[in-house]
Amino acid sequence: MRRSPTLRRIIPVIAVGALVLAACGSDDDASGSADDAVAPTDTDTGTDTGSGSGSGSGDAGPDCSSTIDDGVLTIATGEPAFFPWVIDDDPTTGQGFESAVAYAVATEMGYEGDAVVWTRTTFDEAIQPGAKSFDMNLQQYTITPERAENIDFSLPYFTANQAIVALEGSSAEGATTIADLKDVKFGAQVGTTSLAFITDVIQPTQEPFVYDDNVGAKAALEANQIDAAVFDLPTALYVSGVEIEGSAVVGQFPADAGGDTDQFGFVLEKDSALTACVDAAITTLTESGELDAITQEWMSDFTGAPVITVE
Amino acid sequence: MSDRPTRRERYERARRRRSVAIATVSTIVVVGALIILIPLTPGWERVRQAFFDGDVFIETFPGLLDAFWLDVRILLWSTPPILAVSLMIALARNTRSPALFPLRAFAVIFTDVLRGIPVILLVFLIGFGVPALGLSRTWANPLIWGSVTLVLSYSAYTAEIIRAGIEAVHESQRAGARSLGMTSSQTMRTIVLPQAFRKIVPPLMNTFVSLQKDVALVSLIGPVEILRQAGIDKATYANFTPYVAASLIFLALTIPCTRLADWALARQRARTGATTIA
Repeated sequence: MRRSPTLRRIIPVIAVGALVLAACGSDDDASGSADDAVAPTDTDTGTDTGSGSGSGSGDAGPDCSSTIDDGVLTIATGEPAFFPWVIDDDPTTGQGFESAVAYAVATEMGYEGDAVVWTRTTFDEAIQPGAKSFDMNLQQYTITPERAENIDFSLPYFTANQAIVALEGSSAEGATTIADLKDVKFGAQVGTTSLAFITDVIQPTQEPFVYDDNVGAKAALEANQIDAAVFDLPTALYVSGVEIEGSAVVGQFPADAGGDTDQFGFVLEKDSALTACVDAAITTLTESGELDAITQEWMSDFTGAPVITVE
Repeated sequence: MSDRPTRRERYERARRRRSVAIATVSTIVVVGALIILIPLTPGWERVRQAFFDGDVFIETFPGLLDAFWLDVRILLWSTPPILAVSLMIALARNTRSPALFPLRAFAVIFTDVLRGIPVILLVFLIGFGVPALGLSRTWANPLIWGSVTLVLSYSAYTAEIIRAGIEAVHESQRAGARSLGMTSSQTMRTIVLPQAFRKIVPPLMNTFVSLQKDVALVSLIGPVEILRQAGIDKATYANFTPYVAASLIFLALTIPCTRLADWALARQRARTGATTIA
């Protein structure tokens, strides 16, 4: 006589299911109209890809005043920030390439001395939706069109080549062409151009290992789990020269080797009012030769390595 | 006895109908309110774009599913050693001979230390540390040492569950078996363990579900499994949708296991005569 207890429990579940299905339906509608609404704005500003129209408005001086804290420009970098990008993990000194670039850009934007405040973020914090804790963020963010869908990039302030670091006696040693690297077991940091470079350009026969940070790749080299690691060249030279004993830069790849060109840009909130302003500042610094001078000062020791050819 | 429902049965049925109606209405109100209210929040459009991007989902889902196969394999080859090691540790802790004190001490230290260190730290310590001693490439494989870490850590947890199960078997069972002339090991094998295991099936299932998720920690030392693949995709698109996709894939495995554990628990309650109080 007794009705099955399962049935009783299932009825609310069915009700929820029906509601969720209904909600999904309306969600799709919403997404359709939302995309329509957003699309025109993207084309209007045209700065989202980092290669936009910032240069044109340089002289007029776009509005640089809409920072998160009035009168103060908040710049973010990584925690910790590494040599040679920031010296001694202290960006406030202006010592180190990215620290120097940040201050030069800030000066162009009208923020000097105490008007520049530093904060630290992870990669994820920079791309998560919602209010940002910074006006602009630089920690070797590579400009890609996919990323530009969710965040704003400035024009590039540096272009880095990819390079290979290996221990003495590694099977990668002495490689001069990409063909020499096919059977090498590679490692790289998650989310970097280096990883995309391995899978897209080198295309080794063994799947690469992936680590949270350079330190993981370093530990794996020392643990004999990988033959070689790929970094951008300045990082590679630093890692091999200072961090991993007995390692060397096997070679660097020319910028036209393929994959995404590793151009670093500032990250800003999507559709930030400051993007045009940062672009204008970078354009001015490029045209005046100041950016070149900063690059020479901090990066000249980080460009020398044998070149590995693609063919 | 007639088939006509008694007054009491009619009353109880009415009460049940009333419960179902209330549960249905309250569910509709709560879920409906969530569906209407969340999209009204100012940040919803950004959240939807960052976490629920259909194109990114379609683009990344097959690769994530592929990577999940590695998680499943690690899970499958780690589980039998976990059961074996944890059983040995639990038995070692239950020995009673004075001469075996060092064995008991080892079991206590094993569970205390390995249960006390977060799995994530153990993965780094063992996964990078042991191969750095100078192992060959084959033996330095992070899959080996990642799995060893999971086995050690989860054996410590599981050993405690098994020990609790053994101690939950009444001492009179042991006494009875010994008085019939069984040896200590016969008693353990044929009397205590079968009863203990029936008691601990639900917590064991629970631990298994937990292991399904912790398998992802092996990615910290190199192998690209689903969590790492999702991280790579996230960085490629600067979008968190791959994490949502990975969560769904995990749920497809863990929810059936959780349901199974619940069912085992309910069956045990029914068998042991515990009644449910509404």
